[in-house]
Amino acid sequence: MTALAALPVLLPILGAALAVVVSTSVLAQRILALTTLGSMVVVAAVLLVRADRSGPVVIALGGWAPPVGIALVADRLAALLMLVSTLVALAVLGYAISQRIADYGRRMASSTFYPTYLVLSAGVSLAYLSGDLFTLFVSFEIMLTASYVLLTRRTSEQTIRAGMTYVIVSLLSSLLFLTAVAMVYAATATVNLADLSERVAALPPGLRTVLALMFVVVFGIKAAMVPLHFWLPDSYPNAPAPVTALFAGLLTKVSFYAMVRTQTLLFPHERPWTLMLWLAVATMLVGALGALAQNDLNRLLSFLLVSHIGFMLFGLAVFDARGLSGATLYAAHHITVLATLFLVGGLITRRTGTVALDRMGGLAATSPALAVLFAIPALTLAGLPPTAGFVAKLQLLQAGAGAGVGPTAVAAVVIAASFLTLFALTKVWVRAFWGRPRPTVEDPDPHDELEVGTARTPWPMYAATAGLVAVSLAIAVFAGPLSAMTGRAGEDLIAREPYRVAVLGDADR
Amino acid sequence: MNPVITPTINLLMALTVGGLYAVGFYLLLQRSLMRVLIGVVVLGHGTNLLLQLVGGPPARAPIVGSAPADTFADPLPQALALTAVVITFALTTFLLALSYRSFVLLGHDEVQDDLEDRRIARRGGPAAPLHQDAGPDGRTEDER
Repeated sequence: MTALAALPVLLPILGAALAVVVSTSVLAQRILALTTLGSMVVVAAVLLVRADRSGPVVIALGGWAPPVGIALVADRLAALLMLVSTLVALAVLGYAISQRIADYGRRMASSTFYPTYLVLSAGVSLAYLSGDLFTLFVSFEIMLTASYVLLTRRTSEQTIRAGMTYVIVSLLSSLLFLTAVAMVYAATATVNLADLSERVAALPPGLRTVLALMFVVVFGIKAAMVPLHFWLPDSYPNAPAPVTALFAGLLTKVSFYAMVRTQTLLFPHERPWTLMLWLAVATMLVGALGALAQNDLNRLLSFLLVSHIGFMLFGLAVFDARGLSGATLYAAHHITVLATLFLVGGLITRRTGTVALDRMGGLAATSPALAVLFAIPALTLAGLPPTAGFVAKLQLLQAGAGAGVGPTAVAAVVIAASFLTLFALTKVWVRAFWGRPRPTVEDPDPHDELEVGTARTPWPMYAATAGLVAVSLAIAVFAGPLSAMTGRAGEDLIAREPYRVAVLGDADR
Repeated sequence: MNPVITPTINLLMALTVGGLYAVGFYLLLQRSLMRVLIGVVVLGHGTNLLLQLVGGPPARAPIVGSAPADTFADPLPQALALTAVVITFALTTFLLALSYRSFVLLGHDEVQDDLEDRRIARRGGPAAPLHQDAGPDGRTEDER
C-alpha cells in the first residue's frame, strides 16, 4: 500500500507523456487530463485518510532505504495540501477546457497545454511528498519549468516582459536553493530531511542561523514574502485567467509548505520567531496597501495574494502547534479561494472586456450569477464569519494571543490587514458590480486566441468556478474535523519525532 | 594505504566560486537581457562548482572494489551536480529562446521597467515617455 505515495507523481507524468502521444486528438487529451487529475484527487484523499489514521505513508524509491535512498513521505500536512491542490487543479482544468472550446473551437488541438499542465501537477505533488532537499529542488524545477511554459505560451509583448521577470527571478531563487543544498551537504553530509533534523542540531549556532536564513530567502522569493514579492504582481496578471488561477492557488503555497517543512524539521525554535513575525507584518501590510492602490482587477488580486501569504507566515512565526495548525488550515483555504477569485476575475474580464475597474459597472444587475460567485470567495478571503477564512483566521488569532506580547501585537495587525482586504474587495464590488451598467469594452485584438467582451460564456466555466466556491464552503462546513486534523498535523510538526520515525524507522533508537 | 587527507577548504576553489557568484550577480543587475542571461549561466557554473567542492578534496578515487570509506570520492555531490547541470542547461536554452522572442517582438533586448515604475515616471513630468522604456535617469535609450 505504500506504493500509493508514488502515484500522485507517477500518474500525471505518465498522463503528460500519453497526452503528447495522443496530441493529434484534442478530445483524447482532454479526457486523459481530466481522468489523470480526477484519479490524483482520489489518491490524495486516500493518502490523507491513511496518514491521519496510521501515521505518515513512506515509500523508499528503488528499494533503497532512507537516508541513502530517496523517500517520498505523505504525512497529514503534505496529504491535506496535496488534496486541496489537486482539487483546485482539477476545477481549473475544467474551466480551461471549456474556455478553450468556446474560444478556439472544438477541433483545435494544442500539443503543449495539457502535457505542461500535467507536468506542473506532478511537480506540485512531488514537492509536497519529497523527503529530501534535493528531490525538493528537482520538484520545484519541474513545477517552475512547466509554469514558465504556461506563462509564455501566448507570446505577446506583455507576456514576454512578464515571463522574463518571472523566469529570471525564479531561476535566481533556484540557484540560491541549490547553493543552500550544497552548504547543508557540506555541513552534514546528508540531504535527507529526517536525517538532517538530527544532524543540524549538532552544528554550531552561527552556521545553523546562516543555513536557516538561506532557506528563508529561497522560499521567501518563491512564496512572494515581502520584501521579496516584487515579481509576483508584475508577472501573474499577464497570463490567461486559468493559468493565473493555477499559479495563484498552487505555486506560492507549495513554497510556503517547503518553508514550513524545512524550518520546523531542521531549525526548530522554542519561542516565537521574531524575524518571521516582522516579515509577516511587512507582508500583510505591504500586500494589502498595494492592493488598495490598484485599478487593474488582476493586479489587485495579486497584491491580496501577497498580503495573505503574511497570514500564513504569522502562523509559522508563532512556532507552536496551534500556530502551525492555523497556518495549515489557512493555506488550504487560501489555495481554493485565491484560485476562485482569479477565475471569477477571468469571467468578469470575459464579460466586460477589460481588467480596469473604472471601466466596469453594474455587473450585479447584468450578471447576477457572477456577483454571487464573486461575493462568496471575497467574503471568505476577508474572513467574515461563518466562512472558511474566518475559521482559519480565528485559529491564527488564538495562537497569537496565547504566545506572548509580540505575537499578540501581530495578531492585531492580522485584524487590520483583514479590514484592508475587505476594503480593497469592497472597492471592486462598488466599482464593478454596483452603479450604472457600462458599455462592454471592445476586444482590442479580435483575432487573437482569447475572446473578451462577450456575453457568450459557456456554463461549464461557471460550473467549474462554482465547484471551487463549493470546496471553500465545504472547508467552512467541515471546519470541526478539519481543524482537529490540522491540530494533529501541527503537533506532529512541532514534535518532529513522528516524521523521523516514519522515514528512518526506530531500529537505531 | 594513503595518508588521510585533512578536509580543509581548498582556498583557490573557494575564491573561484566566490568570483563566479560575484560576476554572476553583477551581470544579473544589468539592463541588457543578454548580460542577464550570461549572468544566470555564470551563477549556474558557480553553484555547480560549489556542489563539486562540498564532496571533499579532489583526487580521490571513484568507488571501485573495497577500501576504507575516506579514500573514495563522495559520489553524491557529483550526482547532484549532474542533475543540476542538466536543469540549468535546459533553462538556459529556454531563456535564450525567450530573449530571442523578446528581441523579435520589441526590437531590442533591454529589460523593461515594470508597470509601477512607468506609472511613477509618468507622474514625474509630462516629458516622461509613455511607452518607451525610461532608464533610471528618466531618459530613454535613444536619448542616451
